[in-house]
Amino acid sequence: MQRQRPDLPSTDKRWKLVNATMRRNGYAEHALIEALHSVQDAFGFLDTDAMTFVADSLDLPLSKVYGVATFYHLFMLKPQGRHTCVVCTGTACYIKGAGALIEGIEQRFGVNPGETTEDKSLSVMTARCVGACGLAPAVVIDGNVIGKLGTDKLVERIEEETRE
Amino acid sequence: MNLDELDELARSYTEEAADVAQEVRVCMAASCQSTGAQPVLDALRKAREAKGADNCRVKGVGCMGLCSAGPLVSVGERDADLNASSIYREVTADHAEALIEATQNPAAAEATLAALHCPSDLPFFQRQQKIVLEHAGVIDPDSFKGYVAVGGYRAMVQALSEMTPAEVIAEITTSGLRGRGGGGYPTGLKWSTVAKMPGEQKYVICNADEGDPGAFMDRAILESDPHRLLEGMAIAAYAIGANKGYIYVRAEYPLAVERLKTAIRKAKRQGFLGHHICETQFNFDVEIRLGAGAFVCGEETALMASIEGGRGQPRPRPPYPAESGLFGRPTLINNVETYANIAPIVNEGGGWFASIGTERSKGTKVFALAGTIENTGLIEVPMGTRLRDIIEVIGGGIPNGKAFKAVQTGGPSGGCVPAEHLDIGVDYDSLKTLGTMMGSGGMIVMDETSNMVDVARFFMEFCMDESCGKCVPCRTGTQQMHALLDKIAKADATPDDLALLEELCEVVRATSLCGLGQSAPNPVMSTLRYFRDEYEEKLAGR
Repeated sequence: MQRQRPDLPSTDKRWKLVNATMRRNGYAEHALIEALHSVQDAFGFLDTDAMTFVADSLDLPLSKVYGVATFYHLFMLKPQGRHTCVVCTGTACYIKGAGALIEGIEQRFGVNPGETTEDKSLSVMTARCVGACGLAPAVVIDGNVIGKLGTDKLVERIEEETRE
Repeated sequence: MNLDELDELARSYTEEAADVAQEVRVCMAASCQSTGAQPVLDALRKAREAKGADNCRVKGVGCMGLCSAGPLVSVGERDADLNASSIYREVTADHAEALIEATQNPAAAEATLAALHCPSDLPFFQRQQKIVLEHAGVIDPDSFKGYVAVGGYRAMVQALSEMTPAEVIAEITTSGLRGRGGGGYPTGLKWSTVAKMPGEQKYVICNADEGDPGAFMDRAILESDPHRLLEGMAIAAYAIGANKGYIYVRAEYPLAVERLKTAIRKAKRQGFLGHHICETQFNFDVEIRLGAGAFVCGEETALMASIEGGRGQPRPRPPYPAESGLFGRPTLINNVETYANIAPIVNEGGGWFASIGTERSKGTKVFALAGTIENTGLIEVPMGTRLRDIIEVIGGGIPNGKAFKAVQTGGPSGGCVPAEHLDIGVDYDSLKTLGTMMGSGGMIVMDETSNMVDVARFFMEFCMDESCGKCVPCRTGTQQMHALLDKIAKADATPDDLALLEELCEVVRATSLCGLGQSAPNPVMSTLRYFRDEYEEKLAGR
C-alpha cells in the first residue's frame, strides 16, 4: 500500500521545490541530505517545521533528521542576516592573516564567527578552506570570493555591501 | 562505436573550427573568476565583434595554474599548448582591444601589453609535465565537442570495444598508479579486488570531498576538465562491473558542481553515459551528491554513510568497501586525480606511465602551492621531483626577502619538512620517512615568521572541530592535545605538559577509529621532531 505523504506545510511555493527533490529521489531514506540542501537553498535555514516535513515525507524519525542537520556545518538552524561574510581559515589564509580579519570584523561590527548582527544585516562565518588559496587571505561575501584584502579594506567592503 | 568512428567524430568537430587561426583564452576557473575574469571575457567577445576579427575565437577555459596572477589570458594559435602561447597576467576589461589586436598585428599591441606579459619560458611553466592537467587551460570545460576534439573519450571507446575488463585492470596494474587521495594504495589492486567480488550490483564512487585546507587540485580538475573524470569513472565501472556511480563533491565548490552537471548532461545526450554507451551493452549512470561541510566525509566509510543520507561517521574496517560498501554492495572509491589518470594510461599504455616517476611512485602529481611563496597556484610534476626545485625554482622562492622555514604537506594529517631536507625527491615513501605524507597534494610554504607551535595548534584546532565524535580517543584526545598546545603557545606550560602531550599523541594515533584521529597527532609529532627548540623556548618563557 502506498504510504500517505504529508501535506505541504503551507501554500508557500518553495515547499514544492523541496517536495520535488524528494520525489526525484523516490522518497528514499538516502535523499535526506539532498532534501535538507533544497530546504536551505529555498528558505536559507532549517526550522522545526521544515525538518518535521522532511522527516514525515521520508518516513524517518525527526531525531534522525535533526541528527543529520546538526552534524554538518553547512546546515543552519537559525535565519541568517541579509548579507553573509565567510572568512576562510584554511592553512594558507591562516598563514596570511585570516585571524586579523576576524578580529577586525569583530571590532567594527561586534560579531564573532557564527553570529549575526542585531539589525540582521550581517552574518559572519568561517570556512575550513574555500580552495582559493592563491588569493589568501580569502573571504566570501554573499557568495563572491574576494581575495588579498587587508582588514581595513575588508571592513570598508562589508560596510559598502551592508549599506541599504 | 569503434575508434575509427570516434576519430571521425573528433575530426568533424575540429573542422567546425577550421576558420579559426588564433585563439584568446580566458581562465574561467574559480580563482580567476573571483579576480574578475567574467568582465574580461565579455569585453574580449565585444572587442572581437567590433574589430571583425573572424579568424580569432574567444574561449573560456579552465585553470592555467598561476592563480595568484589572475585573471590570466593566453593568446596563441588554435589548440596550441599553454607553453606555446603568450600569457598575460592581471588582465582587465580595458586590455580587451589590445589583446584582440595582438592576434591580428602583434607588433602594434606590444606596447600596451608588455607590462602584463608573463613569459611562458618561466620555470613555473617549463618545468611541469602535464598528464592530469593536460587539457586544463586549453579546452572549454563546458564543451563536449572540445573534449572529443582533443582525443577525449578515446580511452573509454577503446576499452569498451577492444579490451576485456581484465585487460583494462591489467593495464592499470602495469602502470603502477597509486591512489592520489593520500593513501597511495595501488589502484590496480583495488580494482581487481572489487572486480572479483560476487554480486550483481556494484558501485563506483569518486571522492571529490577535497577537505584538506590548502589543497585545491581536485577543484581545478573538476572545473577545467570534467569529462576527463567521467571518462575515468566509466572505464573503472566497466572494469569492475558496475553500472552506477556517485561523485561526492564539496558544497563549497559550486562552480565545480555546475560544470560537472553540464558535463554529465552533455555526455548522456551524446550517448557517452547512460544506457548502451556508444552502442555497446555497457550501461553506466552517474549522480552527484553534495557534501555539507564535514571534513571527516573524506574518509571512505564516512563518505558512504553520507551518500546514504546519514551522519558522516566512519565505521571500522574490515569489511572494506570493496567487499561491503555503499548500500552494503561492493564499491570502488577513488579520488578525482586518480580517475583523471586513467584515460591517458589506457591510451598510452601502462608501460608508458610506469616509465615516469620513481621506483615505487609512478606518474606525475599535481600540487597546490600556497602560503608564503612567490608563485601561488597549481603545478604538475613527475613523482620524484626535488622539493627544492618545486619551491625555489617552480614556485619562485619566498617573497619579501624572507627565509624559508618549512613546507607543510598532507594537510592536518601530514607534517612539516624543514630546510635541511629540501633535497629529497617527492614521492609517497620519501615523505613518509620524513614523518609527513603525500596527502592529496597541498603544499603550504612557511617563512621564518611562522611559529611552529602555533602551526601545530592551528591543525589540532582543525582536527578537534572536525572530529565526528564517534570514538573517544579522537573526540577527547584532540581536545586535550589542543588545550596542552594552547598552554604551550601561551608560554604557560611546564615540561610535564609537553611530556603528557607526547604521550597523548601516541595514544590517539594508536587507538582512534579512522584516519582523521590516527593522523591528528602528525603535525605535533612532526613539529616536535624538527622544531623542538621552539617548544622549549615557549616552556622557558614561562
